[in-house]
Amino acid sequence: MSEATATQKHEAHAHHESFIRKYIFSTDHKMIGKQFLLLGLIMLLLGGGLALLIRWQLAYPEKPLPLLGASKQFVETGDPDTTSSWDMTWMEWLSKDQEEQNWLALNVPQGVITPAFYNAVFTMHATIMIFFVVMPILVGCFGNFLIPLMIGTRDMAFPVLNMLSFWVAVIAGIFMLIGFFVPGGHAAAGWTSYAPLSADPQWTGVDWGQNWWCLSLIVLGISSLMGSINYITTIINMRAPGMTLFRMPLVIWSLFIVAILLLLALPVLTAALAMLLFDRMAGTNFFNPAGGGEVLLWQHLFWFFGHPEVYILILPGMGIASEILPVFSRKPIFGYKAMVWAMIAIAFLGWIVWGHHMFQSGMNPALGFTFMISTMIIAVPSAIKTFNWLGTMWGGNLRFTVPMLHVLAFVSMFVIGGLSGIYMASTPVDMFIHDTYFIVAHIHYVVFGGSIFGMFAAITYWFPKMFGRMMSSKLGKIHFWLTFIAFNCTFFPMHILGVGGHMRRIYNPMQYEFLKDFQGMNEFISISAFVLGFTQLLFLFNVLYSLKRGKQAEDNPWLANTLEWTAIYPIPHGNFSALPAVYRGPYEYSAPEVEEDWLPQTKKLATTAAHGSGHH
Amino acid sequence: MLDWLPPNVSTYGGEIDYFFYVIYYITAAVFFLVAGAMIFFMIKYRFKEGRRAIYTHGNTTLEIVWTSATVVAMLILAVVSQPLWGRIKQQTPMTQNMATVQVTGKQFNWEVLYPGPDGEFDTAADSAAGTLDDYQVDNDMHVPVNTVVRVILKSKDVIHSFFVPQARVKQDAVPGHTISMWFEITQPGKYEIPCAELCGFGHSGMLGHLYADTPEEYEAWKNEKWPPAAADSANVETPQQQ
Repeated sequence: MSEATATQKHEAHAHHESFIRKYIFSTDHKMIGKQFLLLGLIMLLLGGGLALLIRWQLAYPEKPLPLLGASKQFVETGDPDTTSSWDMTWMEWLSKDQEEQNWLALNVPQGVITPAFYNAVFTMHATIMIFFVVMPILVGCFGNFLIPLMIGTRDMAFPVLNMLSFWVAVIAGIFMLIGFFVPGGHAAAGWTSYAPLSADPQWTGVDWGQNWWCLSLIVLGISSLMGSINYITTIINMRAPGMTLFRMPLVIWSLFIVAILLLLALPVLTAALAMLLFDRMAGTNFFNPAGGGEVLLWQHLFWFFGHPEVYILILPGMGIASEILPVFSRKPIFGYKAMVWAMIAIAFLGWIVWGHHMFQSGMNPALGFTFMISTMIIAVPSAIKTFNWLGTMWGGNLRFTVPMLHVLAFVSMFVIGGLSGIYMASTPVDMFIHDTYFIVAHIHYVVFGGSIFGMFAAITYWFPKMFGRMMSSKLGKIHFWLTFIAFNCTFFPMHILGVGGHMRRIYNPMQYEFLKDFQGMNEFISISAFVLGFTQLLFLFNVLYSLKRGKQAEDNPWLANTLEWTAIYPIPHGNFSALPAVYRGPYEYSAPEVEEDWLPQTKKLATTAAHGSGHH
Repeated sequence: MLDWLPPNVSTYGGEIDYFFYVIYYITAAVFFLVAGAMIFFMIKYRFKEGRRAIYTHGNTTLEIVWTSATVVAMLILAVVSQPLWGRIKQQTPMTQNMATVQVTGKQFNWEVLYPGPDGEFDTAADSAAGTLDDYQVDNDMHVPVNTVVRVILKSKDVIHSFFVPQARVKQDAVPGHTISMWFEITQPGKYEIPCAELCGFGHSGMLGHLYADTPEEYEAWKNEKWPPAAADSANVETPQQQ
């Protein structure tokens, strides 16, 4: 099929799409990307809400939740009054149609979170944020939206598989939500679901909640596999003429590597989850020592998946930062090849560090040294990337747009998250801070400070190409500064809690003498977390408002070089009227050949034409 | 931030804190260098109409320098951390008067078992001779100060984690495994033993106490609580047995 007929076919196709084909069962990678974005943002509200429940309980242990359980007296004096008329009315109203105890009365009697529900809340906070927010948005949305546009092709290699990948993720999401409403409550063994706590309902009282958790993640694994096969195939086979591997934008490199990690890591999780389900439902004893099973096997399998998973969460953020920083520095990325090789190094080293989660687990301590060495070494590629980001800023002409602010936050917060990891890498120091709030602080500096700031950067940067309108820069800056400040006020003090020995996953720190002094800090953290949480509503408002009322975006509002900006909004199914030809790398800003400070990958210059035509 | 460390009361706690300080100063220095450079660049290279950015794709020498510098620094950190780890986790010091205690995690208590006057956990031979003299109690762990304490760590149900913040000691108790660990307390006092690994709805509040007794206190406690020595134990109250 010639290029011209292919285009015609695609365009004709685009005009006849029904509502269902266009918006629901779409095979267009751009629509699928937007669907993943919507899924992720809805789940972000849920995951964030769960975080606020955790913070309420830690700041005001066993006090009734505001609105839900607070009586007038509580609001005025701070003393819970469980017998006030307001409360009784609420209770009566809830039990009207059911004589049996209802969901709220079981989990938050009189508005107070129970210990069992608390465990389910933090388990689901992490599960949802990792599997249903960061992965759908960074990998699902931006992987889908960006890969075909940035490598210059018409769609993914397997459009139907792509559509299935999204809808299977939706089914996984529904499975995960069902778990909240089954008798016994949702999974409550932590997102890591260590066996045997997770392997036998008698230890937690959680029955189908944990089963739905396993089933949901198995199904989500299928979705991710379909996505990753698609990404890998598309990137290897469908690059535009002239788009050599080392002319690919770094965000595509990061998504390429993430897809490979997903392809190899998720089957390990799936196998572990299947074993867990068999232990729970079929009477096997993979993790039950009484039946000859091995408890630590779960941890080995989980972290063999889990550590690459951490890089699955952060690599797209690194790619996004590497993409946006040159645009707003008006300067080529510093050390392009070093950036690529650093990511490849992470992809290899990520497989041999899992034991650092298990230094205190009872694993043979002789292995501690091996995993300490590999863990220390995996810090190196991250350091290389950080220095190269700084190098990119050096001598630039920096524009502090909203996406750029988020990228600068990404870089600085990721540095803190990376450095705090070194404490845990050192085995003796880990002995003290393992399983304390130090690790909670560390992971949030990586996943919120890294991945979520990367996500904000990506949404604000590509919004014009996705939706044809600019997001409000004023609202964007208010949102950025509030988020940046509240984020640090929330998560930085958690390092100090950890240094004080404050365990993670405890329901009430006031039960411990040595943690009494930290109550004020816990309250400060929680108030910051509430500010952080509610600030995100501003972001959602900005997204929704700009969808309708935002300024019409120009085709290339940031004057960027990469191919997606050559596509004309609204981008038809098939993306380009004629496939672009690529003549150079993606970051030729302020190049001496041209007068303006940008030089698109597709622009043919008399001087470079000879170099650009060789590739197919 | 270092002031927040709980006061250390164990022999190796000070060494752990030392590594903590070393990493703290290194990471703080790196952070301020990076953040400082970033802020400096943000001010110096902020957007100016008509200025053109420097056109460069990087510098191989720089890449080699900062890569090898990081590799060397990280390797040194790993290598110097190792001996302390080995001493804490891979070997128990062998001394004359060592106290041995078995601690078993169970939802949601620490079951503490002392070998009793004969210094050995009850064996089949003891049982046959009617000399069971072990002493078992929940959540109260008495150890002599300035003495190596060997802990035999077990679990009856799920994973728990034995944690004494002031002693900087942490070790998971794993069902199906018997794990040997040790510590030596240098300050008499009463310290908390929280469980540091999620173990169910009662995880929070799973709490034992470690009493580091002076020799006199320890003797007094032993005389009060432990069953009499095996010789005349045949007709005393039956010791608690698991």
